[in-house]
Amino acid sequence: MSMTMTQKILAAHAGLEKVEAGELILVSLDRVLGNDITSPVAIREFNKLGFDNVYDKEKVTMVMDHFAPNKDIKAAIQCKMCRDFCAEKEVVNFYDVGQMGVEHALLPEKGLVVSGDVVIGADSHTCTYGALGAFSTGVGSSDMACGMAIGKAWFKVPSAIKFVLTGTPRPHVTGKDVILHIIGKIGVDGALYRSMEFTGEGAHALSVTDRLTICNMAIEAGAKNGIFEVDDKTLAYIAERSDRQPVIYKADEDAIYDEVVEIDLSQIKPTVAFPHLPENTHTTDEIDEIKIDQVVIGSCTNGYYENIKEAAEIMRGRKVAKGVRAIIIPATQEIYLRAMKEGLLEVFINAGCAVSTPTCGPCLGGHMGILAPHERAVATTNRNFVGRMGDPTSEVYLASPAVAAASAILGRIASADELDA
Amino acid sequence: MKFEGKVIKYGDNVDTDVIIPARYLNTIDKKELASHCMEDLDASFQERVKTHNIIVAGNNFGCGSSREHAPLAIKESGVTLVIAKSFARIFYRNAINIGLAIYECPEAAEGIVDGDMITSDSDTGIIKDETTGTTYTTKPFPEFIGKIIADGGLMESIKKGNIR
Repeated sequence: MSMTMTQKILAAHAGLEKVEAGELILVSLDRVLGNDITSPVAIREFNKLGFDNVYDKEKVTMVMDHFAPNKDIKAAIQCKMCRDFCAEKEVVNFYDVGQMGVEHALLPEKGLVVSGDVVIGADSHTCTYGALGAFSTGVGSSDMACGMAIGKAWFKVPSAIKFVLTGTPRPHVTGKDVILHIIGKIGVDGALYRSMEFTGEGAHALSVTDRLTICNMAIEAGAKNGIFEVDDKTLAYIAERSDRQPVIYKADEDAIYDEVVEIDLSQIKPTVAFPHLPENTHTTDEIDEIKIDQVVIGSCTNGYYENIKEAAEIMRGRKVAKGVRAIIIPATQEIYLRAMKEGLLEVFINAGCAVSTPTCGPCLGGHMGILAPHERAVATTNRNFVGRMGDPTSEVYLASPAVAAASAILGRIASADELDA
Repeated sequence: MKFEGKVIKYGDNVDTDVIIPARYLNTIDKKELASHCMEDLDASFQERVKTHNIIVAGNNFGCGSSREHAPLAIKESGVTLVIAKSFARIFYRNAINIGLAIYECPEAAEGIVDGDMITSDSDTGIIKDETTGTTYTTKPFPEFIGKIIADGGLMESIKKGNIR
């Protein structure tokens, strides 16, 4: 049949036996997601359509995470608009302050996505769920409104780049370094309109968390989606969280790819993306002294338990450098609670960090850590565009949790190896 | 649909954070969004857009966030057409869905310079640079997308029962 994994999922959801790259199709949706910034625009559009109800009360999902807990009156009004809409339409999966987490960490954790699903979200990092073998992609608010109304979205079937991963990463090298390395190699539009399909023994050796991080940033290479083959790790992760049966799709042997890229994970060094594009990558061993003012560890890219744990182990018994503000944001309530029970939050607080309730907050310059003119931050987030975390003259350096934690201790951009030495 | 106007030219990778910074996303009011359009990229945009209503840009225009506020802010500013070498995919579909005209035309995006006067007709796909006399041709939209645009955007297509 010669279809990629992505094409197979799309074909199945379009009721077609076969699809080809470039074909325009209408696809049934297993989940439609929005947040407190994009949902209000979608609600405005939905209300113009004249539909009484959403297409499925369980499948429509809203998470109040970007400017929540409400950062100002206008943000409070936007959250209220979502809250009122979800109450009126009896939306089951509405996550408000106290239950919410950063949306793309929350949905997998709650078992709301399983392998083989098609998910759209009015948030560009919706591509995260490809880690579980689902097709998921970011769309705009009109698409969300349309999805809420009829449970469908139009797509152009993407072609794909196949990434064959080999080897295993060295210590303190994680999913973030892998994806930054790849974006540095192919560029911010290197996968434009296409799928990034990850396969090979190296892919199977990566943890589910690393896969979430990698797929999360597929959009930073311009991709429509990132996706990993389903294996025992995927199935174990889902079985713990969902009663739904995953559907496993595998690319055909003769699937056609635009390109095949081989990546030896054992050769990847800790990698940092300099301002103001995720493709401006440098390895930590080639960086001169760059002093920093702030560190942010969290987000849908790197706010997972494994990330928080790694950062805590690096900070344990150490102190954040004078003049550096370190902000730790576990991505969900469950992660936050586990980190608390295991004493990790205490480690951070003893080191001199601020620990926050889950929020996207500083990642997009919302709140909880905005930068002044010319300030520099090392962040485990996903974008370093001009003005992303605050003043247009401020700078964001994207890095792994290990690099961010080591940088907080040393007051400059550094790898964790420098602390071990 | 016919377009006519002077060009504001930008480079590659104009991202949605500079088109409309996230700090202003606490509103969905189109006029307020438009008043901050391009603020972090081009301080002269608000003044120039009064007399220049076509944006021409390089590769990957609209990369980054899925915020529909970005094409909405551009459209509400008075921009009628965006021509680029390529568009980021979410921006591309958002523009179609809200009815902001966009052309992917690398030759035109390369050749046209800031301040040029442009005319264009979406039926023929011809873009004419009236300042230099050069003519470019874009690929027409696929029929499916052309229909959404003809309906006046995705929501109108659904209301008319053309997408179900």
